[in-house]
Amino acid sequence: MRLEPRAASSATATVVWPVAAIAATILISSVLVMIAGASPFTVFYLVFKGAAGSQFALVETLTRATPLIFTGLAVAVAFRARLWNIGAEAQLYLGAVMTVVLGTGAVALPSAGLIPLVMVAAMLTGALALLGPAILKTRFGVDEVVTTLLLNFIVLLFVSMLLEGVLKDPMGLGWPQSRRVVSEAQLPRLIQGKRLHFGFVLAIVSAIVVWVIMKKTVLGYEMRAVGHNAEAARFAGIPVNRVIVKTALLSGGLAALAGFSEVAGLKGNLTLDLSPGYGYTGIVVAMLALLNPLGVIAAAIFVAGIFVGADAMSRSANVPSYIADVMVATSLLTMVTAIMLMRYRVRWR
Amino acid sequence: MEPKAKPEAEYVLRLDGITKRFGALVANDAITLSLRRGEVVALLGENGAGKTTLMNILFGHYTADEGRIEAFGAPLSPGDPNAALAAGIGMVHQHFTLADQMSVVENIVLGTRPLWSFNLGKAAARERIRALSADYGLEVDPDRQISDLSVGERQRVEILKALYREARILILDEPTAVLTPMETEALFATLKKLVAAGLSVIFISHKLGEVQSVADRVVVLRGGKLAGERVTSEATRRELAELMVGGQLPVNEIGPPSPGDVLFELRNVSARGVGGSALNKVSMQLRGGEITGLAGISGNGQAALAALMAGTLDAREGEIVVHGAAARTWSPRAALDNGLGRIPEDRHATGMIGDMSVAENVISEAYRSPRFSRFGFLDWKAAEDFASGIIKAYDVKCPSPDARVRLLSGGNMQKLILGRALDGDPDIILASQPTRGLDVGAVAYVHARLIEARDRGAAVLLISEDLDEIQTLSDRIVVMHRGQLSAPSERGELSVMELGELMAGHGMDGDHDHAA
Repeated sequence: MRLEPRAASSATATVVWPVAAIAATILISSVLVMIAGASPFTVFYLVFKGAAGSQFALVETLTRATPLIFTGLAVAVAFRARLWNIGAEAQLYLGAVMTVVLGTGAVALPSAGLIPLVMVAAMLTGALALLGPAILKTRFGVDEVVTTLLLNFIVLLFVSMLLEGVLKDPMGLGWPQSRRVVSEAQLPRLIQGKRLHFGFVLAIVSAIVVWVIMKKTVLGYEMRAVGHNAEAARFAGIPVNRVIVKTALLSGGLAALAGFSEVAGLKGNLTLDLSPGYGYTGIVVAMLALLNPLGVIAAAIFVAGIFVGADAMSRSANVPSYIADVMVATSLLTMVTAIMLMRYRVRWR
Repeated sequence: MEPKAKPEAEYVLRLDGITKRFGALVANDAITLSLRRGEVVALLGENGAGKTTLMNILFGHYTADEGRIEAFGAPLSPGDPNAALAAGIGMVHQHFTLADQMSVVENIVLGTRPLWSFNLGKAAARERIRALSADYGLEVDPDRQISDLSVGERQRVEILKALYREARILILDEPTAVLTPMETEALFATLKKLVAAGLSVIFISHKLGEVQSVADRVVVLRGGKLAGERVTSEATRRELAELMVGGQLPVNEIGPPSPGDVLFELRNVSARGVGGSALNKVSMQLRGGEITGLAGISGNGQAALAALMAGTLDAREGEIVVHGAAARTWSPRAALDNGLGRIPEDRHATGMIGDMSVAENVISEAYRSPRFSRFGFLDWKAAEDFASGIIKAYDVKCPSPDARVRLLSGGNMQKLILGRALDGDPDIILASQPTRGLDVGAVAYVHARLIEARDRGAAVLLISEDLDEIQTLSDRIVVMHRGQLSAPSERGELSVMELGELMAGHGMDGDHDHAA
């Protein structure tokens, strides 16, 4: 079997292959569902219903998508410049820490001042968290995959230390959790009495801003040039190392926004289970979106929908909700395969 | 070896009516080619003429849409890379396929032994390699590591590899592109011995001179079609050239130079090597209105010199003097700000960003200027207009400024690089291997633009491994050997063989003192 590059992918191919990828995902998941002893039709119906079948379901999906849009953007921006930021999880938690530090009463301001202040401070914290790995990479050639990945564990232990120490809520009955952010620092709810909050709007705006940066600005151009061919970029006089550092700051800041919006918009305080791996899932989201910032919105909603839908389904169909992980993973694999088939023709001899 | 068969009658390889289409493009159109025992057939054609596709079909990398292949009288099953090897056909690629960290023997034996055998049978292999080396004049020490070998030696290893696998037909893809004149002579001597021993050779080339000196027959391809077939002794060079190009050959006239001031100068510059020798106290002057040719065998420091001048390599000591003033810092940015136009050696790796568009590529050196950006936002309209201008002025064949550069041919890519480098009429021009891998038409075009720049007073440094090119274009020639430069010689002062001697390092040290 060999791959021959296609001269140009036709318009139909760009539609047919992704659709085929979705069909393949459903087919493969169906087999697993049948092994689990349920009917695929029922299960998929329940997943869909749980994800988008009611206002409650839809709100839940969008709420879950919010942090994924931020981490997806963080990864998409970094990967575009070939900065392999695997540390969105750490940057998310550091953003959350800063939100709690400033938002629990240390600064007294009305909402209009406090929310932007906390947000910017959280972004800076996340940005600084990625500055170290970026400098190690540009100065000493240290692999950022290793540094950012390992920082995730360091930061989680650091947060744990804070929650057992200085940030511990004295009224928390001994639980490792922070105090709640003051009401002036809380993001407003979008719908009265529902969990969906202003963070979702912030996420959409961020995606549009990132899209504009990538498409229209000098920085975006430099990032893409460095990502596609750093040697040629350097030859042309593009300051490669400076671009990598700027990319790191942007990526870290975006990931930190996920932590900010989860604390200030949804949870109200910081606990060690703030993120069920949003930083890592952000990688999947970014890849599914082909690193396109606007695609990240759709990919994040898709992934969130599967998780939310599978939770609802497992309650009534007696299939473990782990099927959600399998479906997301399968969709990533089939989508990557579909993209390859869009670009290459397979010869079987 | 077996004199009973009449050489004329015995075809060892026949390609019959081979057609291969890629979408709308017909890469090979009913091509028929036959090879006799003990014969050298040259496959002549420009880039994109279909030579490589044809060889890929022969080696089963592609399957032909029509036509059949016969080797030694038996049909070759299509699309099977092992079939050609099993039938005794060996190929020496232009880019070698050797493992750098392994010895010559290991490279040759690699893949000939079953995976589960415990020893490589190196002792026996070594003996056979020595015997083959001696028989065919392919001198190389079987125990040396590939990374220590010169390019010429590596090529010999590739040929030995094919012979070791008992190839009876040898296909050489542009074998002289990387060789010195002496190494080329040695290769031709080897080919004569191989042919005398009954092997057959297909020699792929676009250089007419060597085709005439080595081949018995010439098959010319043009635009995927068979343009003609000639017995070499009966064809003139002109006739072959016109078959290849399909019309009159473009000729560049170069007038006498009108030398101006020294615009760029290196003073005792040393720097680490880039894929070859380090620079050792190199001094060089480039005058306006002159083309200075830098000749040398690949890997002697030309790449380092080019990188240094382009700004991607830092000097360890010495001075870079531009327009009479010593540069305090030197970088790609500084080079551009000082008015250098730079054509890099490797257009894919360094020159262009393949996955970005034509417009995005042509602005890569100037995107920060007010011409293309304001307040951090790029002016894509201006970029596209600039790209359209280059496409028109440099006759680039590409669908639009939005097209991915990866989809362009090497010649068109080079024209884009020229357009970018020569924008704003730079008065110092670095042209590193500017015509490598281009077809005759594109080569003439690049040369014309370089001559034009020289005639308007620019100082041009032409770095090339093609001695013909150096001799045709250069007003002065310097030769690089092991990171040192020879004294400059005037146009026509030295013969090819004398240059070859300098390239091999003879008489360099004595002359070096005057050079500074």
